[in-house]
Amino acid sequence: MSTRHHSAEKAALLEVRGLHVEFLTPEGLVHAVNGVDFDVARGESLAIVGESGSGKTVAAMALVGLVPSPPARIRGERAVLNGLNLLALDDRKLSEVRGSRIGFVFQDPLSALNPVLTIGRQISEVIERHLNIKGGEAKKRAVDWLVRVGIADSQDVADSFPLQLSGGMRQRAMIAMALAGEPELLIADEPTTALDVTVQAQIVDLMLQLRDDLGMALVWISHDLGVVAGLADRVAVMYAGRIVESASAQDLYGRPVHPYTRGLISSVPDLRAERLSRLATIPGGTPDPMALPPGCAYFPRCGISEHECEARVPVTTSISSSHWIACTPAAKEIEVAERQGDE
Amino acid sequence: MNKRGTALLEVSDLKVQFAPRGSGLWSNSKGVVRAVDGVSLTLQRGETLGLVGESGCGKSTLGRAVLGLVGAASGSVWFDGHEITAMSNREVRRIRPRIQLVFQDAGAALNPRWRARDLVAEPFKIHLRLEGVVLQQRVDAMFETVGLDLALGKRFPRELSGGQRQRVGIARALALEPDLLVCDEPTSALDLSIQAQIINLLQDLQDQLRLSYLFIAHDLGVVRQISDRVAVMYLGKIVEMATRDRIFEEARHPYTQSLLSAVPVADPEHASTHGWKGMSGEVPSPSSPPRGCNFCTRCGSKGEVENRLNIDCDMTEPELISVGDLHEVSCHLFSAN
Repeated sequence: MSTRHHSAEKAALLEVRGLHVEFLTPEGLVHAVNGVDFDVARGESLAIVGESGSGKTVAAMALVGLVPSPPARIRGERAVLNGLNLLALDDRKLSEVRGSRIGFVFQDPLSALNPVLTIGRQISEVIERHLNIKGGEAKKRAVDWLVRVGIADSQDVADSFPLQLSGGMRQRAMIAMALAGEPELLIADEPTTALDVTVQAQIVDLMLQLRDDLGMALVWISHDLGVVAGLADRVAVMYAGRIVESASAQDLYGRPVHPYTRGLISSVPDLRAERLSRLATIPGGTPDPMALPPGCAYFPRCGISEHECEARVPVTTSISSSHWIACTPAAKEIEVAERQGDE
Repeated sequence: MNKRGTALLEVSDLKVQFAPRGSGLWSNSKGVVRAVDGVSLTLQRGETLGLVGESGCGKSTLGRAVLGLVGAASGSVWFDGHEITAMSNREVRRIRPRIQLVFQDAGAALNPRWRARDLVAEPFKIHLRLEGVVLQQRVDAMFETVGLDLALGKRFPRELSGGQRQRVGIARALALEPDLLVCDEPTSALDLSIQAQIINLLQDLQDQLRLSYLFIAHDLGVVRQISDRVAVMYLGKIVEMATRDRIFEEARHPYTQSLLSAVPVADPEHASTHGWKGMSGEVPSPSSPPRGCNFCTRCGSKGEVENRLNIDCDMTEPELISVGDLHEVSCHLFSAN
């Protein structure tokens, strides 16, 4: 049975509360992440979905010291990984956490891999550093990891430099490197966006299989609602630095509640639709993170907004044990429906 | 020049080749890159032909050859009765206003020092020599056509959002009243909620202005939304071409089927019940394509063809043959019947 159905009962591996990230720039203060809460359970896949500038990448990277500070200002109530408060660690401790307890896969492996070291050398360095295994044994394990990520001629690839490999191969090598330190949590930031769809499908299959084999948790950051549907147990939708809806994948796609989530889902061209109709659109564009609206950031584009949305940031409302939204009118509507149901 | 059929655009057995890097007098490298390797297609007035395929399949190069931006090694491109591939540069310049390009990255295609209004005015000034009130009226009208607020005219490209920049790019492309737009991934750099706005705009403009689109994209959902017919390219060749509905409902070529099944669908139920028709490996290099069928190194039907039909896919190249109304496939599975 997949973890999708019982993830809610599991203890959190990572618990994030009230995360804020701001950037001090010459033009002004950029509010990138504005109070984000989420949990990831062991063995679970959480997808963080949003459009460009929504803060999804910054939120994940800030947790592990990959957002340089300054210019960033990172604060939060807590961000606890299995008992360890990441927000209280200094740079040296955070760099130990990276690679050993949290692995990373980026959209562009070329910018994350060292161009002048062979793939094998880069993976064995991770093994030597984090698992304290040296020399020939580390090299052998590096090649083993390349086999595990589905590279057939693993010895040849281990002896290659990043630029000698295709995009799909580089991404597999990057995944091997991220896993070689045997992390509890893997954060993947748009790992398939630069790949063709057939290679993307291969990489998604690989990541899910590795997650199941290794029992690690996966945080998948993406703008692509299609890819996320195929891999996430839970989905958090971000808009202008806040999570506006969080639910199991079934609920999020089957019963989306927040008007932004609903708008996003209906603007995806559906390959299965029998009759083609005009695409639904969301009017306007995302707000300037230097001048966010005082209330709900989605207010200027929203079709169901009320007067109070303009001035007041919506509080989060639970719809079920694993489904919540941050939308005042939608929450009211649900409350009314429930009251009528009780009567 | 001869008149040909009624099609607005007719491409016939077109080949475009690039010399490999480092070639020249002292080089011994042989592999010429066959970016477009014998493509034939037609496009009618008011029609949209979607051109899909993975990176490196030659779809953008084909678009550039239609615009006369890259030369053909052989074959021909005819536009409204004129053979572009036989024209001098001067003649190409004369016909080019009728064929315009919409880029993926509108920001990179716009001069960063110019304001939106000046960018839209430029083609009117240079090609039509308009000025004064007439020019301003035409620019205003064009802003309205593409749904840009006039107040945005003062802004520089970097002060516009991605969707607004793409609207400026489309306005520039439309200024000279072209017949054909080559749209090269026009929405792939845009956010989802903006992508839908631009697709709807392109459809509205087509209805109003009776434009033809050669619509190049890798996103099959977008292509289905906008296309009348679809051509699927693999390693420089068209492997399947049909009406939109036939491609998406009755695809025949193993590559098209695999490509369609790899497209993620925004529905977890679907994802858990529909696996994709696995296709191993990646696209071979276009400088050393397989000898027989281009797709034979990744094809799941190769065994069937070889056992049942006794054709060696590694050695024998399939031809593009008709399997129904406006439906062509290049695969031995069908050529033997």
